[in-house]
Amino acid sequence: MHNQNPTEATAMTEPNPEQQSRQEAGAPAPLAAAAEQPPAPRRDRDVGELELRGLRAFYGGNEAVKGIDLPFKANDVTAIIGPSGCGKSTMVRCINRMHEEIAGARAEGEVLLDGLDLYDSRIDIVAVRRAVGMVFQKPNPFPTMSVLDNVTAGLRLTGASRGEMDDRARQALVGAGLWEEVKNRLKSPGVGLSGGQQQRLCIARALAVEPEVLLMDEPCSALDPVATLKIEELIAELKQRVTIVIVTHNMQQAARVADTTVFMLDGELVEVGPTEKLFTTPDDDRTEQYVTGKFG
Amino acid sequence: MEAGALSNPVLRARRNLTDRIGEPLLRGLSGLAAALAVAALVGIAYEVIDLARPAISEFGIGFLTTNDWNPVSKDFGAAPFLYGTVVTSLIALVIAAPLSIAISIYLTELAPLRIRRPVATLIDMLAAIPTVILGLWGILVLGPFMRDTIQPALNDVLGFLPIFSGDPSAFSYLTAALILAIMATPIITSVTREVFETVPGDLKEASYALGATRWEMVRQVVLPYSRPGIVGATILGLGRAIGEAIAVAQVIGAAYTIHLSLFHTGGTLAAQIASQFQNSAGLQKASLAYLGLILLVFAVIVNVVARIIVQRGHIKDGPDVDVDAALTEAQAL
Amino acid sequence: MADGSHALLLDRGNLKRRNRVNRVVEIGSSIGAVIAVAVLVIVVGSVVLKGAGALSWHFLTTPSGLFGDTSGGMANALVGTLVIVAIAAAIAIPVGILVAIYTTEFASSRFAHPIGFVLDVLNGVPTIITGIFVYGLLVAGNKPSGFAGSVALAIVMLPIVARTAQEVLTLVPATLKEAAHALGIARWRTILRITVPTAAGGLITGSLLAVARAAGETAPLLLCNFIFAQGVLTDPGEGLASIPLFIFQSSESPSPEAHTQAWAAALVLIAFVLVLNVVARAFYARSRKRMGA
Repeated sequence: MHNQNPTEATAMTEPNPEQQSRQEAGAPAPLAAAAEQPPAPRRDRDVGELELRGLRAFYGGNEAVKGIDLPFKANDVTAIIGPSGCGKSTMVRCINRMHEEIAGARAEGEVLLDGLDLYDSRIDIVAVRRAVGMVFQKPNPFPTMSVLDNVTAGLRLTGASRGEMDDRARQALVGAGLWEEVKNRLKSPGVGLSGGQQQRLCIARALAVEPEVLLMDEPCSALDPVATLKIEELIAELKQRVTIVIVTHNMQQAARVADTTVFMLDGELVEVGPTEKLFTTPDDDRTEQYVTGKFG
Repeated sequence: MEAGALSNPVLRARRNLTDRIGEPLLRGLSGLAAALAVAALVGIAYEVIDLARPAISEFGIGFLTTNDWNPVSKDFGAAPFLYGTVVTSLIALVIAAPLSIAISIYLTELAPLRIRRPVATLIDMLAAIPTVILGLWGILVLGPFMRDTIQPALNDVLGFLPIFSGDPSAFSYLTAALILAIMATPIITSVTREVFETVPGDLKEASYALGATRWEMVRQVVLPYSRPGIVGATILGLGRAIGEAIAVAQVIGAAYTIHLSLFHTGGTLAAQIASQFQNSAGLQKASLAYLGLILLVFAVIVNVVARIIVQRGHIKDGPDVDVDAALTEAQAL
Repeated sequence: MADGSHALLLDRGNLKRRNRVNRVVEIGSSIGAVIAVAVLVIVVGSVVLKGAGALSWHFLTTPSGLFGDTSGGMANALVGTLVIVAIAAAIAIPVGILVAIYTTEFASSRFAHPIGFVLDVLNGVPTIITGIFVYGLLVAGNKPSGFAGSVALAIVMLPIVARTAQEVLTLVPATLKEAAHALGIARWRTILRITVPTAAGGLITGSLLAVARAAGETAPLLLCNFIFAQGVLTDPGEGLASIPLFIFQSSESPSPEAHTQAWAAALVLIAFVLVLNVVARAFYARSRKRMGA
């Protein structure tokens, strides 16, 4: 249950027919304007491979994540579902080491990115967060910055040149499906955009530093259905560039976007598997109860 | 309606005498109190202008640029004291503002949780010290220290600059500026700290998630978000500095003209009034009142500007920064 | 391959410099806090060290000598301050609370706002100017007196009392007042019997802070209350001695004995003020908790 058979995993990465036809028939793609294709993935397919080993997370004395072993296939979309309080957000926040920012919180175990443990003492926590990006539940663009400055916020920290920053900003905005909508208002305040646009701005901001993994913590829960749909379409595109881990309380969303789904309960990993299987013929009774709405 | 309701004695009873008087009485009394407050402010302005009138008609606007204060020849001018007020306040702010911001960063981001409240309270206590005691300390401790250690050192290193030239003196612009900095710091810190605490946590998280160090997060999120509040706080501190009469009078000595060296004795608007008002008469007294008028205008403008900056500067879509309450609380110190 | 992320994670690049800058800022901020606390400790420490020695029963119970004579003590200043501050408080506290009641209960927002503005401006008026005002009002053509000093101090105290009262009165839950009205209790009774008592903690805080401030104010007294006869006087119609003025005049004197007396008086004053402040803050915290703020 905890270690996936590699062949099973590969099988799930073929985009399923349903998703594909929706993409083609879907809204006129601002995502890929004729002259500006999203950049081809610049790295090998097995870069961006994430694995949790024995991950435990604590708030003071309270153990919220109780020992999780979980691999994430590179360039896949993995959804984490489970009832409120099951520890899914906490677990995900351990991946980019945001969990330990909370007073009294700590984590144990290993988080391996391409074989390197992010909790290794030789690694600077700041570097971890460049490799693993995050998008939050409520869109949080920096209110004192313009659209462009928001996107380059992470880049400016590492002293990139102006030209390089503008380039990467544009790529990020294209990748986030926002370029067409903001290309004429790059200097306007970031908070002047609509909710859905703000969230895509946050995605662009995260993408600009070129992470290998993108964590999304219930990214659509504050958005209306139209904006939600746009972002779900985006996720399907983005997985070519990054490995995506998305926490969601919305099972239909998980069914729509994820290749693999993980079900958590009470800080423990109950079941992980190809999305379709998890929702139709789950192995564990508890999973079956959850996905059929018997609790949570 | 039903006869039943009207037959209810409670509903039918008219309010008794005390209640009928009580309401308008309380309203009237409290309204009177409010009127008194307004009258006090108006009265202050009126009285100061009235007392200054002989000097205003004698000297006119030229008073502001006359660089002399001579009780014997009756030549009075505000220039030495305008200069002194500006110089001492500016230096005080140059020291106090960055210091306060640093302290606020420490208190809101760096300090271990358990010591935050105690340290913040200690710094607030600095503002509670009566200014005459600060002045006493200035005369007997800080002043000599400035004269014997700091000023000679400044002279050695930077003596080519006119402001650091001249003989060291315990009573000086510099000593006064330091005392003012001590007074301004707790005020600026208190407001700045409150403003920092209103920065939404999710913005800070977004910055950390991008891979920012703690200072980078502060620079990227906290400082820009807090800018109007910090400016307002600093201007409040300025208001405190320009209005301080006693401590400055104790440590600045006396002067009747502008001196460029910071080591020299000098005077400020408030301090000059404190030093001479008691024992003056006639035109001198009116001139002192004229100084007071200038100071009053300054102080009111500074106060109003501080509030406007804070109110106009609210970040769009940000939560309500209740800096106004912070300002009020700080002014109670 | 995997080198990509390893390079990203282990590569120092400008990370070393960024961490250094971060460290410098962290250290600088801590130093700032240390400096501020150190100044407090140094000033209060100086007062305690230099004043404690001269503080004696004799010092506290003997009036000061004639000008230049330092054989006396601060008894008249002590009594004078008590009288002056008591009168000032008797004026400022009720008026301040009434103003707050007016703006929070009776005034339409058209008036409430400007009155708040007036209070804030009043708070920002330098106390020496307030002194000039009361001088012109009561002293010119008359004589300096403890009462004039009290009036000036009351004006200084007023915005402090009123503003903190306003804050606390607005915090009283509306549901409480509604419940009272629903019971048929008249408005004025509600205010006096329910709203004000509920806010009592905060009102006391504002009053204590204002008193602490008034006790330490020198400038208004310098202008309005500066000539006093010898001996311990309590008639506010005459000029009264006061602690801040005692300190001020002793500090300006060239004699070291006078300086010592200044430190001793400063110790008394600072103890009084700091204790009041601490008590006031404790009340404030408690009252805010009570109202679930």
